[in-house]
Amino acid sequence: MNVAAPLLDLAAIALFILGLHFLNSPATARFGNRLAMAGMVIALTVVLVQTGGVGWWAIAAGILLGGAIGIVAAMRVKMTAMPQMVALYNGAGGGAAAMIGVVEYIVFARGGGASLDPIVSVSLVVSMIIGAVSFAGSIIAFLKLQEVMTGRPITYPGQQVVNALIALGIIALGVWFVISGGTLASWGFYLLLLAALALGVLFVLPIGGADMPVVISLLNSFTGLAVAIAGFEIDSELLIICGALVGASGTILTVDMSRAMNRSLANVLFSAFGSGSGAEPAAAASGGPQNVRSVSADDVAVMLAYASKVMFVPGYGMAVAQAQHSVKALADQLEKRGVKVLYAIHPVAGRMPGHMNVLLAEANVPYEQLLDLDDANNEFPTTDVALVIGANDVTNPAARNVPSSPIYGMPILDVDKAANVIVLKRSMRSGFAGIDNPLYELPNTAMLFGDAKASVDALTAAVKAL
Amino acid sequence: MTDVSHLITLLTILVLAIFVGFEVISKVPTTLHTPLMSATNAIHGIVVAGAIVATVSLFGSGNSEIALTIVAIAAVTLGAINVFGGFAVTERMLQMFRRKEGGK
Repeated sequence: MNVAAPLLDLAAIALFILGLHFLNSPATARFGNRLAMAGMVIALTVVLVQTGGVGWWAIAAGILLGGAIGIVAAMRVKMTAMPQMVALYNGAGGGAAAMIGVVEYIVFARGGGASLDPIVSVSLVVSMIIGAVSFAGSIIAFLKLQEVMTGRPITYPGQQVVNALIALGIIALGVWFVISGGTLASWGFYLLLLAALALGVLFVLPIGGADMPVVISLLNSFTGLAVAIAGFEIDSELLIICGALVGASGTILTVDMSRAMNRSLANVLFSAFGSGSGAEPAAAASGGPQNVRSVSADDVAVMLAYASKVMFVPGYGMAVAQAQHSVKALADQLEKRGVKVLYAIHPVAGRMPGHMNVLLAEANVPYEQLLDLDDANNEFPTTDVALVIGANDVTNPAARNVPSSPIYGMPILDVDKAANVIVLKRSMRSGFAGIDNPLYELPNTAMLFGDAKASVDALTAAVKAL
Repeated sequence: MTDVSHLITLLTILVLAIFVGFEVISKVPTTLHTPLMSATNAIHGIVVAGAIVATVSLFGSGNSEIALTIVAIAAVTLGAINVFGGFAVTERMLQMFRRKEGGK
């Protein structure tokens, strides 16, 4: 055994960690990404050299195919579609971990060995289960985000009982696998794989669109975990460490996102938020708040142009309308007139962590203008106009002062503390969670109805004409 | 027979790596959370190394069953998608983040 390979692996690991470290600031983040790339080149070169050419054509085929798909997809994907993209990547990693387990198992089973090493059998079965759950769950998350299937929670009676039974079945089959040292009947193994895939599908089905930031983060951490455990299976420190880094990252994001909604992870996963029995029809019937003031783009343009500080509050609606470039154009017009423009970004605005930031970065908004929850809330009391663009629940003051509200306690952007609030909204339909937003009825709030992009463009034109 | 001291070494590495991960990642600002996710997607693409090892053990075992070979190639493909796609999309996103002066 030569010493070069482990030393090179160590160098790769150091580069990965340094790469993640340099993501601590937008100014150094690209350098960080390059370091991580260099680490990957080193690590993969070592692995490829170690194969000694065995199965080279299959490996080459996989790398060329995957590389081509990956790069083309990365170049083509729209920034508004990043949540779907990340969901697919999570699924790909989980799927690969599961398939490694399948291949290793079959090679062992056909080889007719006595029994698997306990470390291998435990890690094989655990990484396969988590990988398969992550794979199937990510596919469902992708389908929901891509709107191939409804973003609404899908529920049926006894759902949690079914999931619990499947989970128990998985545990039982997994224990059988380990105790038998991998020599169980092969139907047991395939049933296990199938059950893990089914669980992945079923656990994401009841989760609604607005909860996707949590789910994507969670699936990210699952995939990291699957990769780390696969590292035990093939005895690779490299996989263990990389998997652990990703698992830690996904876990931090999951906790952040849950906290930003003031809900426990269990509540996100099991409560099918926003599908409340009959709550939606009721909200629709009541028609939501009636007492709202509607204004024209010209009125808003005057208000904006003569303000000294304007805060934009983007939400998923901005992403749907692809309005980020229009928003930036409006900001440019205002800045030309000496208005200070800032952006308030709620952690769960959009469909994944940091979604709004990427969209605004795409539109060339300097990142210094993007404020997080606390900084933004310090600014609202001195803000002349808060312009809410396609955000709803994250601005709902009921979270602060209506204990009976389902979102009570959720940290929100205090837009109502600004002197004037303008809400760009397509219609008076309530938000994802089906909760009325008392913000709309406040005396300092006015509504500008219409498509977010069209409204912002109209504002830009009106400001220009002043 | 399993080598317990080796297992302990691997577990030690796992636990330490988790701590390092928490330390490093908790300093990433919210504005970079999407690039962070895609970068970690690329890093867990290291699973492709596992897929390559599995492919080698498949070919080494002399098993040339077509279905199994396809599974092995698919595993390598998925891992490679993560590596190449993850880094490329992260790079693409990060080059959009700019300061006020540099942006115009």
